[in-house]
Amino acid sequence: MADKISNKSVIFNPFSKNNPVIVQILGICSVLAVTAKLEPAIVMGLSVIAVLAFANVIISLIRNTIPTNIRIIVQLVVVAGLVVIVNQLLLAYAYDVSKQLSVFIGLIITNCILMGRLEAFAMANRPWVSFLDGIGNGVGYAIILVIVGFFRELLGSGTLLGIQIVPDWCYEHGYVNNGLMILPPMALIVVACIIWIHRSYNKDLQE
Amino acid sequence: MINKQSNIYTIIYIIVLVTVVGTALALTSLSLKEKQQANEDNDRRKQILASVNITPAPDRISADFDKYITSQLVVNVEGDSIGDDAFGISVQKQLKNDLDNRKLPVYICSLDGSKKYIIPLYGAGLWGPIWGYIAIDSDGSTIYGAYFDHQGETPGLGAEITTEHFRGQFAGKNLFKDSVFYPVSVVKAGQKPQDNSDYVYGVSGGTITSKGVGAMLDDCLKPYQAYLNKISDNGR
Repeated sequence: MADKISNKSVIFNPFSKNNPVIVQILGICSVLAVTAKLEPAIVMGLSVIAVLAFANVIISLIRNTIPTNIRIIVQLVVVAGLVVIVNQLLLAYAYDVSKQLSVFIGLIITNCILMGRLEAFAMANRPWVSFLDGIGNGVGYAIILVIVGFFRELLGSGTLLGIQIVPDWCYEHGYVNNGLMILPPMALIVVACIIWIHRSYNKDLQE
Repeated sequence: MINKQSNIYTIIYIIVLVTVVGTALALTSLSLKEKQQANEDNDRRKQILASVNITPAPDRISADFDKYITSQLVVNVEGDSIGDDAFGISVQKQLKNDLDNRKLPVYICSLDGSKKYIIPLYGAGLWGPIWGYIAIDSDGSTIYGAYFDHQGETPGLGAEITTEHFRGQFAGKNLFKDSVFYPVSVVKAGQKPQDNSDYVYGVSGGTITSKGVGAMLDDCLKPYQAYLNKISDNGR
């Protein structure tokens, strides 16, 4: 019974109270890079969930055999291998999306969330819990990515998933898309606003 | 019990790990290679057709390509034909050759009873390569349509070269003016080029990418001058 409760918190905590992006401030780099439009943000989120969950399971399975002094290298090799496989699969089955994401899939390897979870969680826990932890943190990351992508595409391009949302008459009356939203600094500012709102609801997170 | 901190264990461990991961990657790559190549080829066919404003359904790309692109041609800088496998030629590699040794691919498209000559382009944007296809009417001078794509230009800025808004400007521009060859210039909105060439407006906020498009047109179209001259002589 106790095990069940902990499983639940393992998967749901990273959604809000322990969110990797807005609480631990990890993985900010890719939030800047892929959120100018909503679609790449979604695919990137899904890719990170997949890579993180499987990397967690693999590392957790072999955690007792890894020599301590090369554990980071072992983690990197596993993550890099998985990322290349995801990239190859996208190239074969979702070519258009993989073209949009181009180098950013490869850059999942350098995402701090992955190394963080592998080192802090998978190295010390059983495979199933690690899998849940991977899913939880991946989803926590993806949520923020999608929220940021939503606002940046809507305000920066007037579209969502490439479909025009801001009606033509707005433009005719002088409304102009905010070009700044498309540039990386606005991703930081949007993330900062999310953190602000999040912390004002969660008083215990305030420092 | 094995000493997990010993050097021998560490070395054997990493060798085994790398072999396993390497094999897995090789297998994935081998088993997906054909599908990826097919995707890549289809994507190129789609881009070529996009330059003449044809958007085929995803499952009809290959069929439509064969239907509209009636012949392919490889010419040299003098405009003489030296082959017919344009699709097999990488523009990126050919750009490194001297002008005299360069193989210049041309796709000939039959559309509404007239011929369009599609020329592939390749150049550099701000963050990475940009490329495109430009379709020229049977007079060898008037541009019928253009397609541009990029690897990693800034979304909303440089990446706007792929939009209809930018590409659409090319239709109707002339490469020859009073028999002098001017590849189309890309200038800042509101400005005019110093020479007499036809021009389009670049993307605001994407100046370096726009300049890249201009340079790409220069580099890639100039070698075709003799060939285009021949087309226009035949066309008259």
